[in-house]
Amino acid sequence: MWKLNDFDNVAVKDDNGKELTYKQIASFSNDFKDIFNGRNLLLCLCKNSIGSIIGYITFINNRQVPILINSELDISLINQLLATYKPNYLWLPKEKTPYFDEYEAILNLFDYNLLRRKYFNDINMHEDLALLLTTSGSTGSPKLVRQSYKNIESNIKSIIDYLSIEKKDKAITTLPMNYTYGLSIINTHLYAGATILLTEKSVVSKDFWTFFKENNATSFSGVPYTYEILDKLRFERMNLPSLKTMTQAGGKLSLTLHKKYANYALEHNKKFIVMYGQTEATARMGYLPADKSLEKIGSIGNAIPGGKFYLHDTDSKIINEPDVIGELIYEGGNVTMGYAQSITDLARNDDFNGILVTGDMAKRDSDGFYYIVGRKKRFLKIYGNRVNLDEIERMIKNDFTFIDCACSGFDDNLYIFITDKNHEVNIKKYLIEKTNFYQSAFNIICLDKIPINDSGKILYSELEKYYS
Amino acid sequence: MEKNKDKYVSVFRKSFSLDENFDVEALSYQDIPSWDSVGHMSMIADLEEAFDIMLETEDIIDFGSFKKGIEILRKYNVEIE
Repeated sequence: MWKLNDFDNVAVKDDNGKELTYKQIASFSNDFKDIFNGRNLLLCLCKNSIGSIIGYITFINNRQVPILINSELDISLINQLLATYKPNYLWLPKEKTPYFDEYEAILNLFDYNLLRRKYFNDINMHEDLALLLTTSGSTGSPKLVRQSYKNIESNIKSIIDYLSIEKKDKAITTLPMNYTYGLSIINTHLYAGATILLTEKSVVSKDFWTFFKENNATSFSGVPYTYEILDKLRFERMNLPSLKTMTQAGGKLSLTLHKKYANYALEHNKKFIVMYGQTEATARMGYLPADKSLEKIGSIGNAIPGGKFYLHDTDSKIINEPDVIGELIYEGGNVTMGYAQSITDLARNDDFNGILVTGDMAKRDSDGFYYIVGRKKRFLKIYGNRVNLDEIERMIKNDFTFIDCACSGFDDNLYIFITDKNHEVNIKKYLIEKTNFYQSAFNIICLDKIPINDSGKILYSELEKYYS
Repeated sequence: MEKNKDKYVSVFRKSFSLDENFDVEALSYQDIPSWDSVGHMSMIADLEEAFDIMLETEDIIDFGSFKKGIEILRKYNVEIE
């Protein structure tokens, strides 16, 4: 995938000052080659550290197939994934090694260990399959997205093209690497021979900004919540001369903030680029060019190079008129192979065939710019992470027996409706523990009964009045 | 003074949902899952309200621990101890 031997410069640097060149990574990648016999499935517990990223590069370059999840994911949820997919290897932060009895450590590299399953498992995987990402990272759902080598490379090339990523660029990590948007930054910068500044620190910490400034970071990425925090930190007053590009994805930014950052970028000779994507499309599908960011506030722009957007009406007929709402459809080489829910699915062929029905409702203006107006599927974005509402309901019902509950809400605000007040505190605690989201994301409301229709289906529309 | 300390401690307990037995005085940013970036901003907002102050950007990002916070609040004439 990455032509590591083509570059001499530093590929990754962490906030302890540790750095590795492309040539050094190439040699690690070579050392790993002999460990694996054939193609294997791996589970990687990711964080933004040297060990985590080297493992990832090495596995992809050696055609091993990693599933990427967050290293902080609740252990019981990790075990659910292990039980479903039984990967032969685990790549994880050293300190997590003792949690996994069925595996033994065979190798250590920096802060990471490679663990091998005591009882090997032959898994039949499609030869195009490169990588597996979760659809809903925080709930440990076994539903994964199957990405091919061609998908990843196609998306990398088109992102490098429209963002003009160059060798001299330095991207600082602000998102988890198991998250498709965070991973796309790593993928593209490695391909362009640029440098990745690795940190687990967030934008609210002084260490982050010291690392940023000392290394002259040139780009920065954020989900809507990141930009809300930056706004509270009065970002516009920070002096960041090295910064060239700010990108935003992972949900819709408020119009006020979009305008504010577009103006800031214009005044300070930087680029502010709003983007749109999904794991099902590898990462990216659309972007609003920086020079249109003030003119087309609230828009996701148009499709990335090599891709195309159109809208479907309720009969799946293409909508040609402007300003009519329909479901957004995307076509391109980055549309993934489909989902996996079990080991046998890993052998499946391409189910999507280059066409992705996004589940997002959108309209197109007369200049051809697209605007997302809503969602067809039952999920929310919590701090940029997709959260499936049905899955949360299922988790609660599984772990709290005899409970009646319904989940609904809007982005960054999940509402859990229950009928038994005694469970209120415990459910909130449970969800915080399982998902690692900050408590203010969860609102528990106690009702006399959950509204249902004659056939017993929950009437979610009747719950809207409690939060709108 | 004692009252300020109580207020300060209770903001920590509330913002990071910690019970009475938890030793907040040793706490630093990212020590516990609830003190993430979202929790941080919520804690800052609660402190600003509790002591009727407005923190500068530099102080918000420097607020890396319970102890550091005491130093920072001193600049705003809030004496914790």
